[in-house]
Amino acid sequence: MRIAVLADLHANIEAVEACLMHAHRARAERCVFLGDLVGYGADPGSVLDLVMAHVARGALAVLGNHDEAALAGPPERMDTDARAAAEWTRTQLTTAQRDFLAGLPLRVEEGGCLYVHANAWAPERWGYVQGVQAAERSLRATERRLTFCGHVHQPALYHLTPSGHAARFEPVPGTAIPLGSRRRWLAVPGSVGQSRDGNPAACYALFDDAAGVLTYYRVPYDHEAAAAKVLRAGLPPRLASRLREGG
Amino acid sequence: MNMVVKPLASGAVVDGYRLEEKIHRGSMAVLWRVTHGDAPEPLVMKMPLLRYGDDPTAILGFEVEQMILPLLKGPHVPRFVAAGDFDTQPYIVMEQLPGEPLSTRMEKAPLPAAEVADIGSRVALALHDLHRQNLIHFDLKPGNILFRPTGEAVLIDFGLSRLDGRPDLIAEEMHTPAGTAGYIAPEQVMRVRDDPRSDLFALGVLLFQMTTGRLPFGSPVSVRGLRRRLYRAPVPPRALQPDCPPWLQEIILRCLEVDPAARLQSAAQVALLLQHPEQVPVSERGERTRRDGAFTVAGRWLRYMARTPAVRPSVSERLSRAPIIAVAVDLGHGETPLTEAQRRIAGTLLNSTPGARLACLTVQKTARIGMDFNVDKEGNNLHVGALVRLKHWARPLEVAPERITYHVLEAPDTASALLDYARGNHVDHLIVGARGNSALRRYLGSVSTPVVAQAPCTVTVVRPPERHQPDGDGESIGTSGC
Repeated sequence: MRIAVLADLHANIEAVEACLMHAHRARAERCVFLGDLVGYGADPGSVLDLVMAHVARGALAVLGNHDEAALAGPPERMDTDARAAAEWTRTQLTTAQRDFLAGLPLRVEEGGCLYVHANAWAPERWGYVQGVQAAERSLRATERRLTFCGHVHQPALYHLTPSGHAARFEPVPGTAIPLGSRRRWLAVPGSVGQSRDGNPAACYALFDDAAGVLTYYRVPYDHEAAAAKVLRAGLPPRLASRLREGG
Repeated sequence: MNMVVKPLASGAVVDGYRLEEKIHRGSMAVLWRVTHGDAPEPLVMKMPLLRYGDDPTAILGFEVEQMILPLLKGPHVPRFVAAGDFDTQPYIVMEQLPGEPLSTRMEKAPLPAAEVADIGSRVALALHDLHRQNLIHFDLKPGNILFRPTGEAVLIDFGLSRLDGRPDLIAEEMHTPAGTAGYIAPEQVMRVRDDPRSDLFALGVLLFQMTTGRLPFGSPVSVRGLRRRLYRAPVPPRALQPDCPPWLQEIILRCLEVDPAARLQSAAQVALLLQHPEQVPVSERGERTRRDGAFTVAGRWLRYMARTPAVRPSVSERLSRAPIIAVAVDLGHGETPLTEAQRRIAGTLLNSTPGARLACLTVQKTARIGMDFNVDKEGNNLHVGALVRLKHWARPLEVAPERITYHVLEAPDTASALLDYARGNHVDHLIVGARGNSALRRYLGSVSTPVVAQAPCTVTVVRPPERHQPDGDGESIGTSGC
């Protein structure tokens, strides 16, 4: 089955729709949403409605820290812009949308895969898989051969080498990578709704579980429109410029 | 990970493949001839030798090959059929190639120069095809080279290879240089694993070995021994084998340069020279019978190291820096505005790509195959005349002799001759002329249209600037000669 994995959507409906269209054309049969469905962006309601419709048809979704913040209020350690966005997002959600978020699991295991927003060792504490040491910690905390996580917005692929350390690989968009069955892999697809590597195009990944092949994609979308909406909604201007600059 | 390994015997069936006969057992893997109900052609199954207590890196090469082989295509690799999971029984099933590896022929070395050139050019073309697929082999050696009955070389064993865009599992795990001692390139010894020109060094070793029966750097067992090639030049082949012609020594020693930038820049360029010995510009390098001193070689290596940038290009980027550009000119009417325009374009391309080589082509039309077409009625040699005109045409380009070759193709059909040449020599960019005037058109017929439609590469159709109003007969859509 071909599984589209979308992480960190961040209430960016233009980016989400562009990625879903791309995945549809790439013959994706299922979607997995890796959390942070909302926060930062101007369209939490429409993004949630779209994700809920997919979940009703069999898609998977897990909870992210921005989703939690939109339900329970932002934690102390969240930065100013993110807090402001979380407070605003709270006022935008319907009861059905809040109930949906409240019902999301922290992690889902299915087949050889673990789907989680932040990491495998303590998903509820939202520690980042930022480098090889954290990747190794996460890879050792699961029996599943392949972990998909978001939270970190830069696409990356880690693997646990035979001698037991994690190695990092920078994926090349559009290049199919066979994930050998001999080792564990951890894939960060990158962010759909707020890329941070200087390229404003949205990120997602497509995994063909029968062939064991993973492909990262970059999908251009109307980021100017998304940025304009952020400003119109009265959200911090920095959140709009990040969409324009990809960083 | 734990793997349960059952001893396998003839007659055993693995995932539908029946093991017929063990055909090879190496230190790392065993090869079985297998059959499958659905597959009529001969197949082999390669299985890693897994034993408890083995170094976990011992089967790393097998894991790499399982990742890479299914992604490779074409006649120069064995066709991939199936792979088995590491959880049960890891294996790779692929097409069985008939015949012996080059190592068998190598036992008879020294081989005649013509045979060295023939085998070498076929291996070089196979290598170039893999480089074009963004693969660096990193273990080119006689035991890893087979030949199809149709002549094409087939490279096997991708256990040390690297494919752009995929994780380099070898680099993450190897604590010693990855390669085979006799053939490993200096930069590979220093664990640089991103330069396709490392394979050209191995190709040079192969040519050296075929020519002399010896390995240019021996087969050292220590890393220290391997490093010697960073400062010690090989003994020139002619010192070991006086029959080795200077052109062959020139090619071999250029492949064996310690600095990758001083080697021939692509396997296609090596193949082109091996196929046209008379076109190899022989320098002092081709004639010498004493090797460069250690000081000279080490100095070249240090300059290479000093130049090495932090961010290094991919295989495809490197190949695109060393293209073969072919320009097809028709000089039957002497210099025309069209041939002048073609020269300008060729010059522009050469100047913008310092690693490029230019092949100048012209086609001698032959009325009928088998006729003695090569002498005109005054007894002049047409072929030589065409070659002289071609060289004269190219002179204003002032291209260094090692960057340019000249070819008079003899064929009844110009377009087919150019297409065959472009395919056979991995031409990257072909420059042809557009139909310019009615005299030429009558003489040459349609050339650029079929070339543009069928060429395996970029084609530039050159049209000289118009000097007067066209006479309105729809010239611009036309086709013309080279």
